[in-house]
Amino acid sequence: MSSARDDILGRLRQRIGREPVGTPAARERVGQVIAASRAGPRPSYDGDLAARFIERAKALISTVDACAAPADVPARCASWLTSQGLGRRVVVSPSLAGLDWAASGLDVRIGAAAGDDPVGITGCFRAIAETGTLMLCSGAQSPAVNSLLPETHIAVVPREHIVADMEAAFAVARETLDPWPRAVNFVSGPSRTADIEQTIVLGAHGPYRVHLLIVG
Amino acid sequence: MEIRSMHFVSRVRQRLDDTELQRNLQRTRGRNAAARLASLSSLDDFDAVRARATDIRASVLRDLDVWLERFEAEATRRGATVLWARDGDEACRLVIDIARRHDVKTVVKAKSMVSEEAGLNAALEAAGIRPVETDLGEYILQINDNEPPSHIIMPVIHKSKEQVSELFARVHGTAAKTDIVELTREAREKLRPEFLGAEMGISGGNFLIAETGSVAIVTNEGNGRMCTTMPRVHVALTGIEKVIPTLDDLATLLRILPRSATGQAISNYVSLLTGPKHEGDADGPEHMYFVLVDGGRADLIGGDFEPMLRCIRCGACMNHCPVYQTIGGHSYGWVYPGPMGSVLTPLYQGLEKAKDLPQAATLCNQCGVVCPVSIPLPDLMRKLREKQVDAGLRPWSERLSMRLWAWVAQRPALYARGVRLAVRYLRWLADGRDRIQAMGVAPGWTAERDFPAPAAQSFRDRYAARRRAGR
Repeated sequence: MSSARDDILGRLRQRIGREPVGTPAARERVGQVIAASRAGPRPSYDGDLAARFIERAKALISTVDACAAPADVPARCASWLTSQGLGRRVVVSPSLAGLDWAASGLDVRIGAAAGDDPVGITGCFRAIAETGTLMLCSGAQSPAVNSLLPETHIAVVPREHIVADMEAAFAVARETLDPWPRAVNFVSGPSRTADIEQTIVLGAHGPYRVHLLIVG
Repeated sequence: MEIRSMHFVSRVRQRLDDTELQRNLQRTRGRNAAARLASLSSLDDFDAVRARATDIRASVLRDLDVWLERFEAEATRRGATVLWARDGDEACRLVIDIARRHDVKTVVKAKSMVSEEAGLNAALEAAGIRPVETDLGEYILQINDNEPPSHIIMPVIHKSKEQVSELFARVHGTAAKTDIVELTREAREKLRPEFLGAEMGISGGNFLIAETGSVAIVTNEGNGRMCTTMPRVHVALTGIEKVIPTLDDLATLLRILPRSATGQAISNYVSLLTGPKHEGDADGPEHMYFVLVDGGRADLIGGDFEPMLRCIRCGACMNHCPVYQTIGGHSYGWVYPGPMGSVLTPLYQGLEKAKDLPQAATLCNQCGVVCPVSIPLPDLMRKLREKQVDAGLRPWSERLSMRLWAWVAQRPALYARGVRLAVRYLRWLADGRDRIQAMGVAPGWTAERDFPAPAAQSFRDRYAARRRAGR
């Protein structure tokens, strides 16, 4: 009995009308399409990408704050959490371990979030101005769970990481990420659902709040 | 899933008489269509994006065998295992084998329409493995005795919050709530321990990306992320037609999928998942599998219905379909409702099991206009109707009357006399009004609508008269 794989591919070849000798040409065509990947039509933006990113992020019900330097991040996180009454306990991604968290007065654990961590603080690989979206890549320094399990997610966004669109972010990723991350997550505001009567409710399974701290 | 499309007419009748369902359908009617339209303005050139999206999907289908090979090679190189299934039953067997190999007791599931095609939940239960649906809508259906979804992206669009409230109170044993926020939190609290405890997660896949061997999952709730991050095994179950070439193509398709579906510029979460966790990763599954399901897809390649395989499952066609919005998704009797379902169900399940579906359309072409990948849905329904005629699947009365009509139409003098007779009869029925409310020879026709009264003189007679008058 032939395998399901051979069976399915065989049927496809038959339907496509491919001669066995034609396959190398098709393989080459496919290889070329990938190697010469090109962007489709995309909206263009005049002006400041960061301003566009902030405007779009707010439209997705993220909240936005800004600070001048990385050194300001722990204190800014602490003051925002206090102002919102969200406590002091946070889990911070290892990529941000170099900041001086001790001085912030927060109860900080560096590592990956567990199911009961109330606040997760992460960096971000790139941020997409077109839609106000974060691009987070998983890795030893950046666990995917920190932006997923806690009810509050704070993302630290270096201003120079804001790019126009997904294509621009993918171009950077292709060049700088090796190996390719297990999970690339695009996050656009708090988790939501509209399954019941098409009424939008925040905090379906992921965070109820996404707070962006733009640095620089 | 067992097909019930052969009972279409009786199912429609029940649903038209179901006042609660009609109220629920009315509540959301047109809302997604309006949201879609409003969202298009944020693209400089929607038509160009649509043309590009169409081209991406069409070009893959032309070389689908080679794209699948390439996807398989990239996914395998990055540590995933790629398995193939000829049909739903084989897919279920493969998933159960994986579950047994990894000693899995509980599976958390993100939305997968292919798993609905395969009837995966029933197969898992029969094998002693507990499936838990985690999309809020799918969860509601599962705890309501495995009710089927009525919409591909809004599975419980046919339910009111009162019905959900009653269900939660009964199944969860909690106090009844009517606040949607509270109902959502109740489901979140029920499902959180399932995410943390399940040994395996099953997802569908919106796209398979050949460039990186990844699956792309688009969700709003975050359950897709949970199912593919927390359990130690992840299985992505998708159709073989889901491949796209590159990450740039994904970016293009993501401009058009959420807008067409719900009018969002982007869905909350788009996850690209590539292989199992890396050394040193704090999270992610230890094993990742792809199960690529044919289920009738390969047979559509190279034929009249190949364009249907471009479908990206956005639901725009049903959101704009006057028939779907009146009868609801359950009437269609299988996994896929609305125009795309009226084409897919006969193709995947057999023309004879879904005789009424290609007829369940006015061919108004709203679906064709809004389809983000330009599938000519009315043309495909018309082709299915032709196939039905060729296969002798139409009722004898229709076949007889068509043959009779053809016989008369080939005899102009007889035809002209027949028309004159018919006009006189119809005008007698109209009795001076411009419409006929009860048609004597075909009472069914006027049971729910009027028939327009014909003009006093037929076109042929007027034309002949003008010729005679020398005009």
